[in-house]
Amino acid sequence: MDMESPLRIFPDSAATQAWRTDVLFFFELTISVLFVLLIAGAIVYMALRYRRRSEDEVPPYTPSPAIIEWSFMVVPFGIMLIMFFWGGYLYVQDRRPPPGAMQINVIGKQWMWKLQHPEGPREINTLHVPVGRPVKLVMTSQDVIHDFAVPEFRMKMDVVPGTYTVEWFEATKTGEYHLFCDQYCGELHSRMVGRVVVMEPEAYQAWLVGTVPNEPAAVSGARLFQSYGCAACHGQRAPTLAGLYMSKVKLDDGRVVVADEYYLRESIIEPAAKLVAGYGPIMPSFRAQLTEEQIFDLIEYIKSLGLAMDTSVPGALPTGPETRPSTQPFNGYRPDLLPNQPPARQPPTYNETGGSPTRE
Amino acid sequence: MTEHIATEHAHSLVQHQFEDAYQQKEAATLGMWAFLATEVLFFGGLFVAYTIYRHQYPDPFRQGALNLKWYLGGINTAVLLLSSFTMAMAVHAAAIGSNAKIIRYLVLTIIVGGAFLGIKATEYYIEYREHLIPGLNFAHDPPSEEEVGPFVGAFEKVQGWFDRVVPPRQKEEKRSDTEEMFFLFYFIMTAIHATHMIVGIGIMLVLIWMAKHEMFSAQWHNPVENFGLYWHFVDIVWVFLFPTLYLLRQP
Amino acid sequence: MTAIPYSPDYAAPQTGRTTYLNATHTIRSWLLTKDHKRIGILYMISITIFFMIGAGGAALVRINLLTPAGILSEPAQYNKAFTIHGVMMVFFFLVPSIPATLGNFLLPLMIGARDVAFPKINLASWYLLIIGSSFALSAILFGGVDTGWTFYTPYSSTFSNTHVVLMIVGIFINGFSSILTGLNFVVTIHKMRAPGMTWFRLPLFVWAMYATSLIFILGTPVIAITLALVAVERLLRVGIFDPALGGDPILFQHMFWFYSHPAVYIMILPSFGVISEVITCFARKRIFGYVFVAFSSVAIAIIGFLVWAHHLFDAGISVYSGLIFSLLSFLVAVPTAVKVFSWTATLYKGSVSLETPMLYALGFIGLFTIGGLTGLMLATLGLDVHLHDTYFVIAHFHYVMVGGAIMAYLGGIHFWWPKMTGKMYPEFWGKIAAAITFLGFNLTFFPQFVLGYLGMPRRYHAYPPEFQVYNVLSTAGASVLAVGYVLPLIYLLWSLKYGAEAGPNPFRSMSLEWQTPSPPPTENFERTPICSQPPYAYDLQTPMGSPVPTAAAT
Repeated sequence: MDMESPLRIFPDSAATQAWRTDVLFFFELTISVLFVLLIAGAIVYMALRYRRRSEDEVPPYTPSPAIIEWSFMVVPFGIMLIMFFWGGYLYVQDRRPPPGAMQINVIGKQWMWKLQHPEGPREINTLHVPVGRPVKLVMTSQDVIHDFAVPEFRMKMDVVPGTYTVEWFEATKTGEYHLFCDQYCGELHSRMVGRVVVMEPEAYQAWLVGTVPNEPAAVSGARLFQSYGCAACHGQRAPTLAGLYMSKVKLDDGRVVVADEYYLRESIIEPAAKLVAGYGPIMPSFRAQLTEEQIFDLIEYIKSLGLAMDTSVPGALPTGPETRPSTQPFNGYRPDLLPNQPPARQPPTYNETGGSPTRE
Repeated sequence: MTEHIATEHAHSLVQHQFEDAYQQKEAATLGMWAFLATEVLFFGGLFVAYTIYRHQYPDPFRQGALNLKWYLGGINTAVLLLSSFTMAMAVHAAAIGSNAKIIRYLVLTIIVGGAFLGIKATEYYIEYREHLIPGLNFAHDPPSEEEVGPFVGAFEKVQGWFDRVVPPRQKEEKRSDTEEMFFLFYFIMTAIHATHMIVGIGIMLVLIWMAKHEMFSAQWHNPVENFGLYWHFVDIVWVFLFPTLYLLRQP
Repeated sequence: MTAIPYSPDYAAPQTGRTTYLNATHTIRSWLLTKDHKRIGILYMISITIFFMIGAGGAALVRINLLTPAGILSEPAQYNKAFTIHGVMMVFFFLVPSIPATLGNFLLPLMIGARDVAFPKINLASWYLLIIGSSFALSAILFGGVDTGWTFYTPYSSTFSNTHVVLMIVGIFINGFSSILTGLNFVVTIHKMRAPGMTWFRLPLFVWAMYATSLIFILGTPVIAITLALVAVERLLRVGIFDPALGGDPILFQHMFWFYSHPAVYIMILPSFGVISEVITCFARKRIFGYVFVAFSSVAIAIIGFLVWAHHLFDAGISVYSGLIFSLLSFLVAVPTAVKVFSWTATLYKGSVSLETPMLYALGFIGLFTIGGLTGLMLATLGLDVHLHDTYFVIAHFHYVMVGGAIMAYLGGIHFWWPKMTGKMYPEFWGKIAAAITFLGFNLTFFPQFVLGYLGMPRRYHAYPPEFQVYNVLSTAGASVLAVGYVLPLIYLLWSLKYGAEAGPNPFRSMSLEWQTPSPPPTENFERTPICSQPPYAYDLQTPMGSPVPTAAAT
């Protein structure tokens, strides 16, 4: 976006979905202009042609043939069906990040954006991304509803507290683009703006390396996993987390859910909401103790546990390759079917009273 | 303002905008049905919100239901159905033009409706002692036997007898925030229902006053009939409230 | 070419009669009236005041947006300005406007009744509006509300530090005003039609009132309970819609829009009725396809209850929900298209005269069509992702609500002004005002379409500099639009004292309300009329009911 450019009538087009949106828009614009000209033209023409010529004029009866009535309904509906299917198809694309998309975690709060690259860099109000690579944003809010909007990419999605929402884009042009908060969120709603900086891949790599080093999210998550006592249960009396991400989990009421980001967050915040079959409701809620950023870090850590861990050694940490950024897709992709490992010893029965000694 | 003092002639009871008593009766009845439609949507919003949350949090909502005294709710259901019966008798009395019988049955309805409200108030008191009122004293730790006192304890014991009929409930360790939401819905829905009943009792007092002044006749008794519709509606709302709030106790 | 043969005195005024206006003179008789015509006038005065308050909010907004950094007010005050604008305009002006003023006045006249079914409840409706607005106005005076008229949670329930509960109480009470009006109209239309006035002889304005009343009855209670839950959440600090306590903020949005989408049909359906009346009268033609137009009002009311989640396309609902609601949203456009085409076709081979009401009506068709077509763009899922919560949406709904509903309201006020007051408005100034309104409106809101596609978000106190030109154009247009609104206020008031006397039927309409003197007597008709003609039978040259009594009768 060029600050000194002449007056714009149309926004810059900087992502793959942008031109697709624009084509659909121009189709609908053309239809609209045609209909407006048709109606306005008919009105102007008839108001002139049939203007009242004398005070006592009595116009004749004209019938309203049913065929015309039905065409009033069928023709517009036919055109609208085209709009519906085309728009629906585009929307489905907009909502399904392509496999292999690079994930960025986003936290909106009054009145700023916190963006977290899994390799480590954390940004405020600015998002650096490489051109030509799909980027998936997993977002939540710390307080009220916000909306992460980049008009030049033609995409936005509400950022809702208590849950994760996802949007994606693939930038096609380098440059700097507006980032707006597009859901009214209080006093400084209009100041909750920033930039999306799209760079060539080499420049992006250089930027990643060159920023003040933050540890990768998965490493922060590993530390949290230890310090909050998660390692004491998980892998022994609690389900193992190795290979958990995007696997199918059987719950105590018979449902089978996929362990995506939303499930992982919910299990930390409200563990009793979805109990894994065979385990009791003894995990405490960490809602009051963890910020959304820390939850993102823990999820990145869990994602990095691609392999099983040695459950015969209590308190063991998973062995295996170095933590790596997640490349698991979010939707529209067959999740792998690694089952949960069985617990090392029998869990307490459902009706037993008295909590575990490690419970807070 | 036309004074509707009853006379032998029905047409003097007809308000000026109507052609005849028949049109007036039709209009009044349709008006009451339209009003009840708005009430369905009013309560409906609450039922929908409750249902969505119950689907999302089945266990905490079940725990909440376990904390309610379903036998008290059951007795209340019977009481309210009885009041609908006495109300129907009042409407019949109006149809045959007997003001004395109208008074008798309306008084009975008020007494029975009052009994419902009394039992409800008792339930509210029990919930107050058990620290179940959101925004007021909802406690995540259930109070002990000594804290609730003998009165509430007695009800707990009776509940225990009834619970042998249905599967036993587990006394929960700690109450979650979503259980507080269950109680929020419980109190809001039953309170709005109780408010409708109190308003109904107020209207019945007015109807009793009118019947005392011999204002109803076989030709004109629209207020009694239409109020009957209202009272039956309030009853039906309870018939939905009771199972929704009290009876969904199974895991 | 024979004359339209009703009473030879059709244009002659009849002064010295007792009308509903001069039957009694005390303030008490007005404030305790049960006459639907007086209640309509009371409503008209009240909502004009609320309109001015809402317009004040709009003025603050538009003046502030003249510069990118925002002049005139701090962000907090700006947020209150647009909230007050929205709340006053939606709940206290547009929702009551045509139904409570023109609807109250005309409904019994159009169906040949003496009054509505429940006159005392009608008066209670007006008092509920006054009480509700008192709460709303006190919320404004005590410091205002900054949640937006949509009250999204958790901002409104947990975070806002303004007088939300007070405002909610005002809207809640006002809701009952709407419900009772709707109830009254439904019963009136069902049970109080004059002999011979079958459903398919009803004027289309009555059909529009009927459809609107269905929405009043079924939709308003849901907003009442939803806002009540928000108030409870604020007062008791519990979590119904607060995610921190397990609540779901999206549930609020669903419940809110379940009413608020049908509410927009409350705002536009009565306008459709007015346009049907005006077009048929000033083209002297039967409406094209009466039955289709009549049923389309009811169809819009019903389908309108099924589309609410198109306001949540970007809120995080599932893709499947989005697809369903998009299809339904397109479906509701079909009966609307039927109306627009039917009005246009009504002009065919008519006898078109461009008096002020007709100018407003024709302007309505143009502006509403633009608004409606941009609504289709918003219903298109792929486009809505880009356009949601931008100025494109603002332009869309102002085209339909201001370019549509308010133009129709003004057109209706002008059209029935002689009937209501017995005086003619000045035709020259009427046309000027209509033209200024049309031009000012387009200058105000068309640039906002461009702004929206460029990406300028809604409810922004400050914006990037490249958006300034369009904002300045828009504010300039707003000042022209303001002139277009102030003019009628002036000359209509002027006409009360100095306007030409109007006869019973100056526009020579066939409708029943014109077959009684202007202004009507309190009981509307001397004798209950008997209806024997189809509506708008201009070609048959016969009005709908009994002819006007001669000047001798009182």
